[in-house]
Parts: sequence; C-alpha cells; structure tokens
Amino acid sequence: MSAVVVEVEKLSRNYRNVKALEDVSLTLQQDKIYGLLGRNGAGKTTLMSILTAQGFASSGDVHVFGEHPYENERILSRICFIRESQKYPDDFKPVHAFKAAALFYRNWDQGLAEQLAEEFQLPMKRRIKKLSRGQLSAVGVIIGLASRAELTFFDEPYLGLDAVARQLFYDRLLADYAEFPRTIVLSSHLIDEVANLLEHVIIIDKGRILIDDDVENIRGSAVNIAGTAARVESFTAGRTVLHREGIGALVSHTVEGALSAAERREAQELGLELGPVSLQQFVIRKTLDAGAPLGAEPPADDAAGLGNGTSARKHARTGATR
Amino acid sequence: MIDDSRPIFVQIAEMIENDIVDGVLPEESQVPSTNEFAAFHRINPATAAKGVNRLVDDGILYKKRGIGMFVATGARAVLVGRRREEFYEQYVAPLAREARKLGIDGEQLADMLARESAASGGGAATRAKEGAL
Repeated sequence: MSAVVVEVEKLSRNYRNVKALEDVSLTLQQDKIYGLLGRNGAGKTTLMSILTAQGFASSGDVHVFGEHPYENERILSRICFIRESQKYPDDFKPVHAFKAAALFYRNWDQGLAEQLAEEFQLPMKRRIKKLSRGQLSAVGVIIGLASRAELTFFDEPYLGLDAVARQLFYDRLLADYAEFPRTIVLSSHLIDEVANLLEHVIIIDKGRILIDDDVENIRGSAVNIAGTAARVESFTAGRTVLHREGIGALVSHTVEGALSAAERREAQELGLELGPVSLQQFVIRKTLDAGAPLGAEPPADDAAGLGNGTSARKHARTGATR
Repeated sequence: MIDDSRPIFVQIAEMIENDIVDGVLPEESQVPSTNEFAAFHRINPATAAKGVNRLVDDGILYKKRGIGMFVATGARAVLVGRRREEFYEQYVAPLAREARKLGIDGEQLADMLARESAASGGGAATRAKEGAL
C-alpha cells in the first residue's frame, strides 16, 4: 500500500576500529511516524546522518526517494534533519534561520512557523547564540514542523524544553501530521512520552537493528509476572525471561511473548499478578545487556513455547539476563 | 484513558463501544473523526483509524462517504448482548476469586449483591447474581 521512502541495504559505518553501524538493513514507508530508539552511542545519529547525506557509509547501499542522496539537491530539499545540537551562523537570529529554511524547503509554511514561534515564546530578534538551550531546541522544532518536508528527522529535539513545551511539540506534530501526512523519524530517549505517537519502532543497539516492528506488535509482546518465587519460576519455565527482580519471597519476571487467555486464567488461578510492559521498559529490558562482551551473536532461536511469530522473536536475544 | 495493557487501537474501539452502550453516542449519531480521536488521546492517527475501522468491520459503525462515521442502528443491542456474554468471565469470576481469598462465602456474596442492587435500584446486579451462583 504505502510507497517506500527510504531503503537501506547492508549499511555499515566504521570510525577507525569502532563499528558504529553494522549490516543495517531497513525500509521506511511513506506517511508513517517512526521511532528510532536505542541507547547513547547505539548508532542512531550516525544512521540519520547517512540517510540525510551528512555522513558517509563505509559500505552498503542507501536509497532515499529511490535515489542516492549524496549531493542530490532534488532529494535533499525534500528532507529535513533536525539535529540535537544544530549549529547556526554566529550572527543569525531565529528570523534569519526561518528565512533560510523558507528558501530551501518548498513546502515551507511561514504562517505555521510564526504561530509556533509565538506558542513557544521564542524571541525572534535575539541572536541564536544568546538563546537558552530550550529556545535553541524550539528553533529546530519549529523548522522541522514548518518545513513540512516529506521526510523529517528529529534527533532528540527536546533538549532543554520544559514539559509544557514538549507537550506542545507533540501536539503540534500530531495535528500537522494529520493534516499533512509525511514520513517522520523521531529519535528520543523519552520513550514513554512519545510511545503513543509512533506507528513503527526501530530499536538499534550497538550498531545493529534489534527490533523493527509496528508498535502494536511490540505492545503486549512482553508481560510482567509477579508472585511468590516458586510459582513464578514454574510458570515462566521454558519461556524467554528478559528480566528478573525480587523483594523477599516475591519475584517479578518480564517474559517475552504474549499470554493466551487460558494462560492468563491459569496465572490468575495461581495468584500471580500480571502487569503490562511499557515500550520504555521493553526497550530497557532488550538493551540492558549492553554491558555484555561485544560480538556476542544472538543465540539460535531457543524460544520454544513462545507462542507468536512476530519479528521481535526473530531478534530474540539471550534468554535470561540479570 | 489509554494504558499499556493492551493495544491502543483495541482501547480506542472499546471507548467508542462504551460511549454507545452508555448512550453518549446514540445510534445514527456521528462519531468524531480519527484525527480528532488522535489529537484528543495524543496517539498516532493510524492507530486511531485502526480502532475505528475495527468497529466498521464489526458493523457497529458505518461510513458515509465524504461525511464521516456514524453509529449503526441496532449497534447498542449488539454490544450489550456481547458484553453480557463476557460478563461472567470479566466480572463474576474475579469477584468470586477475591471473595474466596477473603473467606466470603456464596451466601454472603449474594447478600452483598442484593444490597448493592437495592441501593442502586437497578436490575443488572440481580442478573449478575443469577449468573454467578
């Protein structure tokens, strides 16, 4: 149904002997909101830089709108990349930054930019150098939204923005996206805040894609089971336990895979408490073993009894992590 | 409000169903657009659309081309019937389980339900009792 906007094949990027990206393949479809999630240094910014021709691949192939993005003006004017720490010329004021953006982006909406500047209480005639961290982020957010680029990347756009301003950003993003659908990639550490905005999630860990799936498939793909140790242990035996914790005689296991209605009833009969796992918790559980030695291959699929065949399963990593 | 326990589109569908059962959305009335649902609940519009489409597939809502979504005639009766079927599993079984844990026997439980039914003056609680015992 949806057209492919970005196609990445076996992309790798090495910085000296550090593998920032390793064998990454993915596609981004038109008019979806993607979440690009992962820990610091996982490779998120590197990936976005390469997709927007601001960085180079060591190997692999990248197509954006069906073409190579490098020095390709036709393509680049359809892409907007808002970096976490966007640099502007020293004497620039927000009003200049918006003028420059208006020249570059063909869908630029000056009215929206001015409305947002008012809502974010951005001083338009102060030099950007003198703006606070939050106001600097607001400049980026406004350009990202008002550019209405067909492909927009927000790389942790919220630094320094207070809770009110972040909510404003999410609300305006949703409203404008509803009116002018486009492909948006949102990289964020505030996963709980953005989880409901996303349609599709890509989790990247140590340069590799860990999960690439619809949010709806990820929700409910793990469950917390709490109760007395013996009962929880016996109930979760044979399942992939992502995380264990305990207090006294009580333990809580996070297991991968949805429970069937019968299993839920069985758990309730055993007096076990079932709890949901938020996207944020899920990401933490999946990337928690980042301290493990590098190069550890995911084991062969040992997920017997896992019930469902989502692609999350394909990427199932080591069973029990502590 | 939206929580993490189940897919969001399922929760959106259930919220609309609730409004139909409660009479907030009468039959043949227009339901909000998917973009309105998305903005109100702060969720992805595609997710909201999935919830609404689930009810369209179900015959609970229907589409008037170019105008919007409407509650189908007879939708409320269908939903009430379905919910009655689920009532035992969803409400009575957990109630009985908790009662056992606390040492409340069947008779005491029946008394409580009768008392609640009298207080609220409704017949629903009485029917629940018949289902439970």
